[in-house]
Amino acid sequence: MNRQEFKDLVIAEREKTKNSTCKHKICICCGAGCISSGSEAVMKKLQEEIIERGLQSEVEIIPTGCMGPCNQGPLMKYLPKNSIYQKVDCSNISQIVQSQVIEKKPIEHLLLFADSRERPFSNADEDPFFSKQLKIVLKNCGQLNPERIEDYLVHEGYRALDKALFEMSPEDVIAEIKQSRMRGRGGAGYPTGLKWETVYKYVNDQKYVICNGDEGDPGAFMDRSVLEGNPHRVLEGMAIGGYAVGASKGYAYIRGEYPLAIKRFEAAIRQAKKMGLLGPNILGSNFSFDVEVRIGAGAFVCGEETALIASIEGKRGTPRPRPPFPAESGLWGKPTLINNVETFAGIAPIINNGGEWYSEIGTPKSAGTKVFALAGKINYSGLIEVPMGTSLREIVFDIGGGIQGGGEFKAAQTGGPSGGCIPAEHLDVKMDYEALVNLGSIMGSGGLIVMDQSSDMVDVARFFMEFCMDESCGKCVPCRVGTKMMHDLLQKICDNNASRIDLERLEELAVYVKEASLCGLGGSAPNPLLSTLRHFRNEYETRIGKYEEKHIDVPQTSEV
Amino acid sequence: MNTIDIKINDRSLKVLPGITILQACRENEIDILTMCHLKGLTDVGACRLCLVEIVGINKLLSACTTRVASNMVIRTDTEKIKRYQRITTELFFAERNHVCSVCVANGNCELQELGYKVGMDHIRYPFLFPECKVDTSHQYFVMDHNRCIMCTRCVRACSEVEGAFNWDVKNRGFQVRVISDFDTPWGESITCTSCGKCLQACPTGALWSKDVVQGQLEKHPEMITELVEKRKLLLT
Repeated sequence: MNRQEFKDLVIAEREKTKNSTCKHKICICCGAGCISSGSEAVMKKLQEEIIERGLQSEVEIIPTGCMGPCNQGPLMKYLPKNSIYQKVDCSNISQIVQSQVIEKKPIEHLLLFADSRERPFSNADEDPFFSKQLKIVLKNCGQLNPERIEDYLVHEGYRALDKALFEMSPEDVIAEIKQSRMRGRGGAGYPTGLKWETVYKYVNDQKYVICNGDEGDPGAFMDRSVLEGNPHRVLEGMAIGGYAVGASKGYAYIRGEYPLAIKRFEAAIRQAKKMGLLGPNILGSNFSFDVEVRIGAGAFVCGEETALIASIEGKRGTPRPRPPFPAESGLWGKPTLINNVETFAGIAPIINNGGEWYSEIGTPKSAGTKVFALAGKINYSGLIEVPMGTSLREIVFDIGGGIQGGGEFKAAQTGGPSGGCIPAEHLDVKMDYEALVNLGSIMGSGGLIVMDQSSDMVDVARFFMEFCMDESCGKCVPCRVGTKMMHDLLQKICDNNASRIDLERLEELAVYVKEASLCGLGGSAPNPLLSTLRHFRNEYETRIGKYEEKHIDVPQTSEV
Repeated sequence: MNTIDIKINDRSLKVLPGITILQACRENEIDILTMCHLKGLTDVGACRLCLVEIVGINKLLSACTTRVASNMVIRTDTEKIKRYQRITTELFFAERNHVCSVCVANGNCELQELGYKVGMDHIRYPFLFPECKVDTSHQYFVMDHNRCIMCTRCVRACSEVEGAFNWDVKNRGFQVRVISDFDTPWGESITCTSCGKCLQACPTGALWSKDVVQGQLEKHPEMITELVEKRKLLLT
């Protein structure tokens, strides 16, 4: 398909949507979260109900990606009124169709509702969960059918790729990304434009683009939802990246635990290839780009870029020391651009709306929006997207609807096993890369676990240390043995069997493992421990106190 | 020949561009501890003993994998580096079973030597003593996993020098073990050529020949280096 044919097709699809006889649209979330709570059965029941009532020409049923409040699933959205029903059951379907479609009034007691709100909202946009969000990456998640490329085309799909290929040079694309001040969403926050430029500058006849979808942090599911809800957006971002840096081949490394994301992404590749949006001479241009999926085999460490590259090469997934960085010597020794799923998903809007538009969102040092996965003791757990600099309080209480059961907020854990805990006194922190680092945590990939007073912080530290100990690749000594030693010491503290000397050793080891480890896994493994020691030291002291009560004669300082 | 200026521990040096910091140190007789490094094999930066501080870089980098750059200012002897070397050594000893007095390599062991060098008089961490096998199935050699420190010098010698690819690594984290073929007894390996290079590469008493007893093992890891260098000469 050449450029003109593509434009004609988009116009034809838009007309088709505009001229549709269906006045009512019912979206059903078919993300992995809602599917696991039974949305597929609900959709089947709804289809039967519509046929039974003979409403096929009036009601369109759209299976979509994630809508957000995952714990309230299965979710069903009625358009154009934008009423969202929660925990939809096959037994409610008839009632909802009767009331909402035929009588045109919502059923209040089935609408999306968190305990902390006064009343449910018949238009979901009025719910602070949605009104306080700004969706760029997730914009079309929950609106379009991720398994149909035509739906994506109607929502400006591949327009950015078309624009980049025919109206911009690779340098222009890089300049636009640089101007946007976007930073990598994988966790470290390296400026995306700078990374692209570095890869672009290395001269080589073969370069690669890799999309890192090996999301492994406990409690994080942003990448999964983006891949499931809008796979074409990621694909488009990868193709633009390929054009900008001069790569003709891309790999999407998706973890094996995400079968639905893999299925939808592979379907997206097939559809895009069929339309000439991927493959040789895209839209009749000189640019050729192909994407292949690589499935991760369950190792957390393969989210580390050099380990991921080794894994794609068919080797054991262990990191190697950097420099050289993948931009210089990556996949099979070639210059490689490696970005996170969320980063690639944010590219198309920047190309469409300009870097300046993006740079004005967020804080001076961290532009744009960030997707967070809310989990834990929070009323709405699920997926949200907010501008950088939104306070933790807004995220937890306004968007997330507060603590479950009216409990008291104790801490929020960000960044998974590489991050730390933010205590209640820092609830007003403006969430961006630097602010979180200053508090001893990190932005990470965006997992945000909310804890109430029932959580024991020493046990939280022990849990994450156990995770790192199990997931360490075993290559370097500080991480392999150090995490094991730290875990055993934390277990000892949890069992009230540790003395002050043990705590001293633990602290010394934590700093050592952080500084001496080979890769980011070991380098950040002590973070949950160090941050809980910083903000909740009293909990450690209490347990040591209990030990000392039993053993009055223990020495008070280390002998070394 | 073009050289670049670098500074290591306040000593100004002229070195060839492209060499590693470790090479620069060794060429100029600056002491630097290593365990996973064996000249001639690819460096992996796994043991973290050769960590150095470089002015302007806020991370410690392994000397064996980091290349020199003009005007680099390097320190190999700070208090922090010495403290970390000591911890690393203690962790090596605490990880498996390194009781020197009953080891074939006693008196001829790089790990033992390392302990003396860093002045390790005791170990502050509990000994973990994981269950490890001793594989005596090979006709001539023994693999004692209790003495293995996972430096992977045997793995690299086997693949890079002998080209047999008998050794590899299984599992993750603390559970990692060196394996023969697809985790079969060494004696049943279909790739092992019984060349014995892994024995020479091994820094401890993990790999040894059946004809020695306690304290008698002698190793010549330099033979791997010589072999690699002689091959390079042949090729040029």
